[in-house]
Amino acid sequence: MNTTRNRNRRKNQPLFTSAEWDFDTIKTAYEAIAKVASRDLKLDTYPNQIEVITAEQMLDAYTSTGMPLMYRHWSFGKQFAQESIGYKRGMRSLAYELVINSNPCISYVMEENSATMQTLVLAHAAFGHNHFFKNNYLFRQWTNADTILDYLAFAKDYVKECEERHGMEAVESVMDAAHALMRQGVSRQPKIPVSSKSTRIEKRRKRRKAHQEATYDDLWRTLPRPKNPARGADEAELQGGGETEGLGLPEENVLYFLEKHAPRLKDWQRELLRIVRMLAQYFYPQRQTKMMNEGCATFVHYEIMNRMYERGLLTEGSMLEMLHLHSSVVMQPPFYDRRFSGINPYALGFAMMRDIQRICEDPTDEDKDWFPEFAGNGDAMGTLKDAWANYRDESFILQFLSPTVIRDFKLFALHDESDEPEVEVTAIHNEVGYRETRRCLARHYDASEQDPDIRITDADLSGTRRLTLTHYVRDGRLLGKQDCERTLQHLAQLWGHRVKLLEVDSGSNKTLREVEALPLP
Amino acid sequence: MHIIDRRLNPKEKSLGNRQRFLRRARDDIRNAVNESLKRRKVSEVESGERIRIRSKSLHEPSFHMGRDGARDFVLPGNKGYIVGDTIPKPPEGGGGGGSQGSPDGHGEDDFVFTLTKEEFLDLFFEDLKLPNLVKTKLKDVRSPTPVRAGYTVDGPPAKLNRVRTMRNSLARRIALRRPSFEEIAKAEAELEEAEAQEEQDLERIKLLRDRVARLKHLRKIVAFIDPLDLKYNRFERLPKPITQAVMFCLMDTSASMTQSLKDLAKRFFMLLHIFLSRHYRDVDVVFIRHTSVASEVDEETFFRSTETGGTVISTAFDEMRRIVAERYPADEWNIYAAQASDGANDLGDMARCIDMLDDDILPLCQYYAYIEVGTHISESIIWSGFSPLTTKHRHFAMRHVSAPGDIYPVFHELFSESERSQ
Repeated sequence: MNTTRNRNRRKNQPLFTSAEWDFDTIKTAYEAIAKVASRDLKLDTYPNQIEVITAEQMLDAYTSTGMPLMYRHWSFGKQFAQESIGYKRGMRSLAYELVINSNPCISYVMEENSATMQTLVLAHAAFGHNHFFKNNYLFRQWTNADTILDYLAFAKDYVKECEERHGMEAVESVMDAAHALMRQGVSRQPKIPVSSKSTRIEKRRKRRKAHQEATYDDLWRTLPRPKNPARGADEAELQGGGETEGLGLPEENVLYFLEKHAPRLKDWQRELLRIVRMLAQYFYPQRQTKMMNEGCATFVHYEIMNRMYERGLLTEGSMLEMLHLHSSVVMQPPFYDRRFSGINPYALGFAMMRDIQRICEDPTDEDKDWFPEFAGNGDAMGTLKDAWANYRDESFILQFLSPTVIRDFKLFALHDESDEPEVEVTAIHNEVGYRETRRCLARHYDASEQDPDIRITDADLSGTRRLTLTHYVRDGRLLGKQDCERTLQHLAQLWGHRVKLLEVDSGSNKTLREVEALPLP
Repeated sequence: MHIIDRRLNPKEKSLGNRQRFLRRARDDIRNAVNESLKRRKVSEVESGERIRIRSKSLHEPSFHMGRDGARDFVLPGNKGYIVGDTIPKPPEGGGGGGSQGSPDGHGEDDFVFTLTKEEFLDLFFEDLKLPNLVKTKLKDVRSPTPVRAGYTVDGPPAKLNRVRTMRNSLARRIALRRPSFEEIAKAEAELEEAEAQEEQDLERIKLLRDRVARLKHLRKIVAFIDPLDLKYNRFERLPKPITQAVMFCLMDTSASMTQSLKDLAKRFFMLLHIFLSRHYRDVDVVFIRHTSVASEVDEETFFRSTETGGTVISTAFDEMRRIVAERYPADEWNIYAAQASDGANDLGDMARCIDMLDDDILPLCQYYAYIEVGTHISESIIWSGFSPLTTKHRHFAMRHVSAPGDIYPVFHELFSESERSQ
C-alpha cells in the first residue's frame, strides 16, 4: 500500500507549489478535482460556474441572503453594517466560498484565498454542495434550479419598479410585513390546484350555454319564459352557503392566503408577497438539510483532497494547510466552552458520514446490530449517495446516527421546564440512552417541530372581515409575546381589517391566549 | 466549466441597502448623534462616529416560540452527568443552552455600527439652511469655474482624451492600411514555404520578399499613435454669480462665563462653523469676542484662548458695525449673526445695547440668533432686555442652552426650514 502510494506520488507533478494562484491554476485544479469526483466518487453534478470575487463583494453577497441578485431592502443594509463591523475589527472571518443552488451551479470564491484554499473550496462547493443540490429529494421537489436566477432578476426589477411608481415607503411597509411572515410563507405539502367554486360554476354555465346553442330550435321562443331563470340559481349558490369554502381553510401558508384573498391589497402588493413567498419556499429545503448539506460537502472535499494527495497532485505543505482548515471547520466545542454556539452542522454531518463509511467497510458487532441493512456491505459511496438523495437532517439522524458518534460527541439529552430553576438530564451516551438521545436530536432538526404551527382557520369575508389564526401550542410553548404582537400588527396591515390570533393547546383544545390587532390607518 | 472574474464589477452594490437602512433608522441615529455630541471633545466633532442605537424601527419581528413551556434538547460534551442529574440554568439569557436559542429571539439588543464622516454630518445638518439668503451679486470675477467646452488638438497630457485619441488612431491606421503582426507573419510564412520548396519559383519568391519588406516598411512608417490623433478636453472658464454671505460670531468671554459655559458657547459656534463651511462654499465667518472691549480674532484664538474681563456687550456691536462698514456692504452681502452670552451685562450698557441692536444691527442682518448659556433660574437682564425685540423683528431669535445635550436641538430649531416657517 505504502509503496504504491509512493510510486503514485512520484508519478505525478503537484498541481501547484506556491500559495499564489491564477486562472490557469484554478482550471487545472478544477480538472483534477473533476476527475476524482466523477471517476472515484461518481458524483452527479450540475455544470459549474466559478466566480472570483473580492472580500467586499463576499460581504455584500452573504448579507443579502447569499444570492447574487437581490431586491433592495433596509434589512440587508442592517446586516451588512453588523457584519462589516465584525469583519473590520477582525472578530469574524468571511466565508471562503458561497454556492448557489442553480443550474449552472454558481460558486463564489474569494480572491484572498490561497491556491490550496481554492482547491479545497472547489471540491467543497462545486462538487460537494452541487451534488447535494442536484440529488436531494427536497431540492428536487421544491426548488427549480434552472429558473431561480431569472426569477431573482425579475424580483429585483419588479421591486425597483414598484419603488419608483408607488414610493419607497409603500413598498417598504409591504416588504417588512412580508418578511415578518416569511416563516409562515412555506407550504409543507405540495399544493394540488383545486378549481374554486366560481370557476366550477362558470364552467357549468358555459357547458349549458353550449348545449343550448347546439340544440337551438326557434320553436322554444314561443314558449312562455320561466319565472326563475337558471342563471339566478347559480348566483345564489355562489353567494350563499359558507363563503369560507373556496378559501381552502385551514391554510398554513399565510403569505399565500393573503396574496390570494386579502381584500384590500393592490395587484403590485400581491406580487410583492408572492416574491417573498417564493424565496421562503426556495430556502425552505436549505433549512431542513443544513447539516447534511454541509456534511456532504465536507466529506466530499476531504475525500477528494486526500485522493489528490495520494496521487501526488498536492504537496505536503498544501495538505497540511488543508488539514488545518478542515479541522477548524469540523471542530465541535463542548457545551461549557465559551465558543459553544449549538451543534456544529459541519462537525456532526462530517462525523456521521465518515462513520457510515466505516460501518460499510469495517463494522463492529454493535454496528451490525444497529445497521443490519448496510453494515459491512463494502459500498460506502453507494450508501452515502442514497442517504444524500433521500433524507433530510431529521430523518438522516433518526436513521443513521450511530452509538459511536453519540459516544464521540458525548451527546446527552436534557429536559427543560420554563418554571423550574434547573434542567434535567434525561439520557446519556449509554446502552439505554442511545435511542432517546437520537430521537431527541432528530426532533431538534425537524423544522416543523421548531417552527410554531400556525394556521389561518377562519376568515369572515362578508361581515366583520375578521381573520382568525390559530397557533396549535405544543408542550405549553407559547409565542414570544412582544414579537407576536408586532408580527400580528404587520399581518393586520396586509389584511386590512381586524386580525385575531388564538393560541390553543393542541392536546386539550383549550385557548391559552388571545391576541388581536387592528390595522393602523 | 466557466471561470468568471467578478472582481471588477461595480463596487458598493450594497449602497442602496445602506441608504435604506440609514433612512429607516434616521430618528434613532439622530438621537445617537446628539448623544455622541455630548461626549465628544469640541475638536472631535467633525469626524466619523461609531453609533450605538437601540431601535424599534430596526427590529424584524416574526412568530417564534417564546420561553414558556417545556422542551427537550441535546448538548455535546457530557462531562460525567448521568440520567436524573440536574444542572442549574445559567442566569438570564442563556435559557436552556445554545442549541435552542432562536437566532432572532431577542430583538432589543443595542445595535452598533459605524457611520462615515459624510453620513454623520449629513444627518447632523439635514434640512438646515441659512434663512433669507437673497442678495446675490457677481462676486470675484477673477476665480471663475471651469466648464467643459468640447475638444482641442493641444493641451497638457493630463487633459488627454483617450477615447477620442484612440478613435482617431484606429481610423487612421485602417485608412493607411497599417498591417497587423498576423498579416506580416502570414506573408513571412508564405515566403518561407516558397523558399523551402525543392524547385524554387524565383519570381514568386521575389514577389513575396518584396511584399514582406513592404509590409514591414508600412508598419514602421504608419505610427500606432500619431500626433495628428491627439485630442484634448477643452475647458472654458466662466464667471458664475455667487450668493455672498457672512456670519458674525459674537461671544462673551468675560469672567462671569465659567469654563463650562464657555465650552457650551464654543460648542455651539463650532457646530455653526462646520455647518457653514460644509454647506456654503462662499460664506465668510467673522469671529468677535468681547469682554469690556471687543476684538476680531481668528478661528484658532476664538475657540482656544482663555482671556477674561468685565462685560460690555455694546463694544461687540460697535466692532461688528465697523467691520460691516469696512468689508461687507449691507446691500451686497447677506449678513448673519449669532451671539452667545451668559445673560450678564454691565447695567449701564443695557440701554445702549438694546438701541444699537434695534436700530443698527438687526436692520443689517438677514437673521440674528441669540443664545443664552447657563442655568436659567431667573430671567437675565439681557433676556428681559432683548425679549421685546423678537416681536418687532421677525428675523431675531432667542434660545436657552443649559447643557451640551441642548445644543443640537436648539441649533436645529434655529436653522431648520420647517420649524421656522411655522
